[in-house]
Amino acid sequence: MLVTSPGSGQVNKPQRRWHIAVFLAPAVLVYTAIMILPLFGTMQLSLYKIIEGQQVFVGLDNFRHLLGDERLSSTFWNALSNNSIFFLIHMLVQNPIGILLAAILSNSRLRFRAWYRTAIFIPTILSFVIVGFVWKLILSPLWGVAPDLLDLVGLKSLYKPWLGKEQYALITLSLISVWQFVGIPMMLIYAALISIPEDILEAAECDGITGMKQFWKIKLPLILPTIGIISILTFVANFNAFDLIYVTQGALAGPDYSTDILGTFLYRTFFGFQLQLGDKNLGATIASLMFLIILAGVCIYLFAIQRRLRRYTF
Amino acid sequence: MNTTNKVNKTASLLATSMIGLSALGLSAGVYAQDAELTIESWRNDDLSIWQDKIIPAFEAKHPGIKVTFAPSAPAEYNAVLNSKLEAGSAGDLITCRPFDASLALYDQGYLASLADLPGMGNFSDVAKSAWITDDGKNPFCVPMASVIHGFIYNKDAFAELGLSVPETEADFFAALDKIKEQGDYIPMSMGTSDQWEAATMGYQNIGPNYWKGEEGRLGLIDGSQSLTDAQWVAPYEQLAKWGAYLGDGYEAQTYPDSQNLFTLGRAAIYPAGSWEITGFNANADFELGAFIPPVAAAGNECYISDHTDIGIGMNAKSENADAAKTFLNWVASAEFASLYANALPGFFPLSNDPVTLEDPLAQEFISWREKCNSTIRSTYQILSRGTPNLENETWNASANVIKGTESPADAAKRLQDGLASWYKP
Repeated sequence: MLVTSPGSGQVNKPQRRWHIAVFLAPAVLVYTAIMILPLFGTMQLSLYKIIEGQQVFVGLDNFRHLLGDERLSSTFWNALSNNSIFFLIHMLVQNPIGILLAAILSNSRLRFRAWYRTAIFIPTILSFVIVGFVWKLILSPLWGVAPDLLDLVGLKSLYKPWLGKEQYALITLSLISVWQFVGIPMMLIYAALISIPEDILEAAECDGITGMKQFWKIKLPLILPTIGIISILTFVANFNAFDLIYVTQGALAGPDYSTDILGTFLYRTFFGFQLQLGDKNLGATIASLMFLIILAGVCIYLFAIQRRLRRYTF
Repeated sequence: MNTTNKVNKTASLLATSMIGLSALGLSAGVYAQDAELTIESWRNDDLSIWQDKIIPAFEAKHPGIKVTFAPSAPAEYNAVLNSKLEAGSAGDLITCRPFDASLALYDQGYLASLADLPGMGNFSDVAKSAWITDDGKNPFCVPMASVIHGFIYNKDAFAELGLSVPETEADFFAALDKIKEQGDYIPMSMGTSDQWEAATMGYQNIGPNYWKGEEGRLGLIDGSQSLTDAQWVAPYEQLAKWGAYLGDGYEAQTYPDSQNLFTLGRAAIYPAGSWEITGFNANADFELGAFIPPVAAAGNECYISDHTDIGIGMNAKSENADAAKTFLNWVASAEFASLYANALPGFFPLSNDPVTLEDPLAQEFISWREKCNSTIRSTYQILSRGTPNLENETWNASANVIKGTESPADAAKRLQDGLASWYKP
């Protein structure tokens, strides 16, 4: 729309704001090249199949095969349910512990706060390979310190080769992952807690709300949006997980596929393993399903939860 | 100006003709004197052995041919080789992985058929089986080496406990019981954490005695036998008894753990593959012995897994085909077999010529070829082409059976059902 400013007689065009495009360009280009194009490439790959050496368009046939074939689908559902347990343990253990640690750290009477904060956060910056290897060694029945430590307190009978038993392996790995990543919810919630203005807390104190009650009634509602963000980050990270399982249990995700999650299933299918040759199309099908599962989870969160969260601005 | 131009032109003309001449001279020289061969391989560990021993021995006999050994990292080899072959820049000689990986290269026309190579006559059918078309007509790699399965044991421990080498199943378990009872040693060093140990050193190690080696393996391929037959379930029934003799927490014991447990002298018996020989010789400070997988009853014929592991073939597009064939013929000779086997004890030559090995443990292993019938791992040829992949499933089933979480019959049935779902003999 043209606006003629009175008096001057000049025509003011709305400025084309080129700088926006210029500033966005690097991020958009890089993101498109390394994220969006491969994503669509993967989805495209999942619609094709190699028939007699040729890539042939088969529509959703790969998805039908993956979910319809008795063996493949049982592997898929096993991986999905293991993945859900993996996620559930993170939600039930990692995030409450993260909140607890943050609450303790935000207490101004605690000494050596910075030291604790750093110590708890350090595992997060370690590589999966180191974490997996160290824990495998700690829990090793032969050279590990776990059996010896239990022996010292007379509880040797409680020791089990946790990583080698179907009933414990997945939980053990989940807890290792919790140990590694508990620093992230702790940091985010810690930041949210210390940004709560003093006057609100003082007002609460005037009304006689102190201690635990203050945490439940005042602080927790104020940090709920942060907890929501942490949940969704955990969800995305867990359903993309692969490294820890691969490092500790190998691509076959033993014992007896009890630690097989979508990431390891995808790896075995896409790249092949030992004598099994890789199947890029079926692998891409699994990758696409993983994307859809994560997308669905994020959508549910955004539409059903995020919009109902009440935000307080100070 | 003009003159300078002219001078320049003449000079450049001269220069060009000189380059042309020298290029001509060079290429003429190559044709007259040396054919250069390059070997693609994943055995970068063996680089010095090739450069210092094998290649000089060949070049001394064949002065017209120069050979370069150009290995890449084992994990990258297949991918690197495929892209080089596609681009037409691969070497003249190609080290072959066993079975389908190399068969695929032959089918795509990258590897030449060696049906008319005279040296191929030095190899048995079992030796050739890893690098031959399904119809058995076109071999495409010269077999280089195999690995043999058996049990390595701590001789000192056996002497201490007054044990003799077990020959039958009953002896074997009696020995294990005795070691367990005495308590100083873990009877057997193996873990199920990595799964392949259970399948490779367990199932494929003892199995051939039950399914009678090649007879059973080929029966499985032609459909006359099934994994649920008694002879295929029997090895699982044996494995089911092993769990009791493995170390505490063997469920979480990995392959390096097992090796260390044995070389530290804490375990008496190690279900092995011959590739362990070099490492064990270096790390164990006690005397090592080896014994054949025990047979069901005394006097039974014995069968061993003598698994073809590495071969060498010719790039179909090689410009030095004749020289490459000369080299391959030499690889098929007794001279190469002896050189290679002594440089790498535990990787045994596959040719029919008798080879003298210097390492006593390696000698013990290779002597079994005289006494027993050889076969290869049952799951490697043809049967692992589809999904569910029989080899991977065998890893899983063997580990389950040892831990007792799946019965031998159930495991066998699951494998057979999985195989039957895609394989029609």
